[in-house]
Amino acid sequence: MEDRTVSQGDPSVNDRKEQASKPGIGDDGVVLTARGITMTFPGVKALQDVDFTLRKGEIHALMGENGAGKSTLIKCLTGINDFEAGEIHIDGISGPVKNHSTRDAQNVGISTVYQEVNLCPNLSVAENLFIGREPMTKLHTIDRKSYNKRSQAIMDELGISVDVTLNLENYSLAIQQMVAIARAVDMDCKVLILDEPTSSLDDEEVEKLFILMKRLRDKGVGIIFVTHFLEQVYAVCDRITVLRDGRFVGEYPIEELPRVKLVAAMMGKDLDDLAEIKKEGAQDAVNNPLEISARGLSHTGTVKPFDLDIHKGEVVGVAGLLGSGRSELARSIYGADKANTGTLMVNGKEAKINQPIDAMNLGMGMLPDDRKAEGIIGDLSVRENIILALQARKGMFKPISRAKQEELADKFIALLQIKTASKETLIKQLSGGNQQKVILARWLATDPDFLILDEPTRGIDIGTKSEIQKLIVKLAGEGKSILFISSEIAEMLRTCSRMAIMRDGQKVGELDRELTQENVMKAIAGGETS
Amino acid sequence: MNGNTVWNKIKNWSLLLPVVALILVMAVNIIYDAVNGNNPLSFFMITLQQTTGNGTILYGRIIDILNRGSEAAILAIGMTLVVSSSAGTDISVGSVMSLCASFCCMLLAGYGVSSTTTLARPLIVGILGGLLMGTVCGMFNGTLVAYFKIQPMVATLILYSAARAIGLLLCNDLIVYVRNPSFAFFGSFLGPLPTPLVIAAVCVLIVSLVLRKTALGMYIQSVGINSRASRIAGLNSKRIIFLTYMLCGLFAGIAGIVQSSRITSADSNNIGLYLEMDAILAVALGGNSLGGGKFNLAGSIIGAYTIQAITTTLYALGVSSAQAPVFKAVIVIIIVAIQSEPVRNFFKKQSQARVRGVA
Repeated sequence: MEDRTVSQGDPSVNDRKEQASKPGIGDDGVVLTARGITMTFPGVKALQDVDFTLRKGEIHALMGENGAGKSTLIKCLTGINDFEAGEIHIDGISGPVKNHSTRDAQNVGISTVYQEVNLCPNLSVAENLFIGREPMTKLHTIDRKSYNKRSQAIMDELGISVDVTLNLENYSLAIQQMVAIARAVDMDCKVLILDEPTSSLDDEEVEKLFILMKRLRDKGVGIIFVTHFLEQVYAVCDRITVLRDGRFVGEYPIEELPRVKLVAAMMGKDLDDLAEIKKEGAQDAVNNPLEISARGLSHTGTVKPFDLDIHKGEVVGVAGLLGSGRSELARSIYGADKANTGTLMVNGKEAKINQPIDAMNLGMGMLPDDRKAEGIIGDLSVRENIILALQARKGMFKPISRAKQEELADKFIALLQIKTASKETLIKQLSGGNQQKVILARWLATDPDFLILDEPTRGIDIGTKSEIQKLIVKLAGEGKSILFISSEIAEMLRTCSRMAIMRDGQKVGELDRELTQENVMKAIAGGETS
Repeated sequence: MNGNTVWNKIKNWSLLLPVVALILVMAVNIIYDAVNGNNPLSFFMITLQQTTGNGTILYGRIIDILNRGSEAAILAIGMTLVVSSSAGTDISVGSVMSLCASFCCMLLAGYGVSSTTTLARPLIVGILGGLLMGTVCGMFNGTLVAYFKIQPMVATLILYSAARAIGLLLCNDLIVYVRNPSFAFFGSFLGPLPTPLVIAAVCVLIVSLVLRKTALGMYIQSVGINSRASRIAGLNSKRIIFLTYMLCGLFAGIAGIVQSSRITSADSNNIGLYLEMDAILAVALGGNSLGGGKFNLAGSIIGAYTIQAITTTLYALGVSSAQAPVFKAVIVIIIVAIQSEPVRNFFKKQSQARVRGVA
């Protein structure tokens, strides 16, 4: 628990500024500088004396673990947060800039595109580009012809092939994101902030986005790129700034900071090598009795009939592209989407699962991939979020006593090292990774025999990722069965003894030997295609 | 964080605004009385009064407010749960009150009888019939909202417009009078206390006990905040939403019987008229978000009595009943504005600035 009046006033931090050595506005194409930004919250996140420098025509990665202060810094730049100390300077504007709203930020040339696209899907691409600043005819009506033409020109110039008169909803999320970027760029921005833009995109879409980013860089836009994916940083970025625990760690040209050093900088220690996670004992799991045995299970429209066996103490991975039906496979077992056909044996007995609670009563649990929509209950406290599933399983008339609730909350906050001001803090105030840990705690509290983990590490920093992977292996060691779904093949390779391969809504096979990145990729891509 | 913990506690008290609103209304009364040379505290004066027949009852403006505000308070209980679980409102409660009253009186008087002093059936049959009717109406609304996913406003619009007419149908288009003291009891006095107040208090007590002693309260809030996530976590979201509408119907039945007992008749066209609006307003005045999720039952109850206090005050000030709604509207605007996000944020910033200034 942090006292908000104390944490900011540490004078030694402010004294050690060495302004002279840092580039300022006017030097070397610098478009934005932030110096000594300090910001405190009643919660746990904060910024202390953070510096940031962005140059013209560079893609600058802002890296740090969950809760390091990336989002907070971004929000200070865009006027959502009101920082307490420090100065922001922008090229072409005299004096320090202090934004009070995103509109202020736009006026000084800072635009932001978030992971969730904030556009109107039911309007055309062109309308979205010009919404709020439509070109007018002399009669003060909207000049549709001219803005359609201008929109098409903008999109062509950026190399985005779309028909601007079609509604935005006709296009993929990636295109929608690019439209959002195009809108930002057209509004004359000098600084473009991309906050986790790739989280919901597949590899091909990410590639397209990178091409666009590079094109904008070459046009002289300064881009701040926030992401959790290390590979992406090395694919597009020119420079990296690392934050840790709300403090500035350093700014590095990309060539000088190899991956291992970046991770070390983010975590503040040398990487506790992920490779050490080994699935000892997991090999023997195939000889254990079956926990789950699905035959011909399907859900119309999302996943075609599949067979799947999972032994006690086994970790089975599901690999496939986004939208290949990998989540839907898990959902049909759990009853999140009720299976239309097939039979499911749980622990040797035939199970009838109509909805999640039925599956829970058979000892299952599922951590869904969409944390915000299906995981957290935002306005409830961390404590309530942790005990929710256990309470649901016990039933309404057997409430868990307050003392027991607090005991459980304390136990899991300590066990999973959940960073929260208190157990009564609302879960929505936690950072994404810590929210995920709370949901994980919710399921661990029910002591499940079979746990489905759908993208448990998405949007989570690398330290937490390895913790979760270790936890998976540990749970399996205790005899629990786990179905592990992830976009990162590497983390499944580390934990799974077997992998189901999904393609186009169908389970196309299983791999249980020679589990290598290459083999899995090949299986996902399919033999017949090139 | 040392000497002013009490002040901080008050500042963070969830009932602060509803209570402040109620106190404001009381203050108006005090000032008015003082200006007019009356005893400034006459608003709070409670006296014992001899009634014609049986004994002594409590009498005073406060008692009158607590008495007359009871129906809205009873409705507000159900409305709070409905708003929390479904982020929608049940606008049929006023009409359902009327239907339940008609059904109850029809059972007690016999079909087609327009006025009676003797009961055709045991009293309990009429009461249970009325409550059952309310519950059935609630189940109808709940089915539409929870299982057919119809917007609450639209789903409850059906009974909003139909229930009164069904009531008239049950009563053969008559205003049925049940002039029997045992029926009139629910709208009169239990010892010195108004029976409606006692009934409202019992309802509130039972509901808060249930909310406290079971996990229902958390279930309702959880579903209201995120019904998809609640389902994945093992809650039957649809059943919980259904349940809240059913309860809301039951409370409408209780309120309907109370009001009909007050006037010893089933006046289909007037029982519960506009009361759904008071119930919704009570929930809002209580500091509850109409967007669902977290709820505060005590706030809603205070809200319901605040509305009645405003009405009674206006009459005491000599505002005619025809003009009263205008003044009521003005007061409601002020109260709601005080509770609104921007105003609250404004005050929060002010106090934060002060804290920082001191530190």
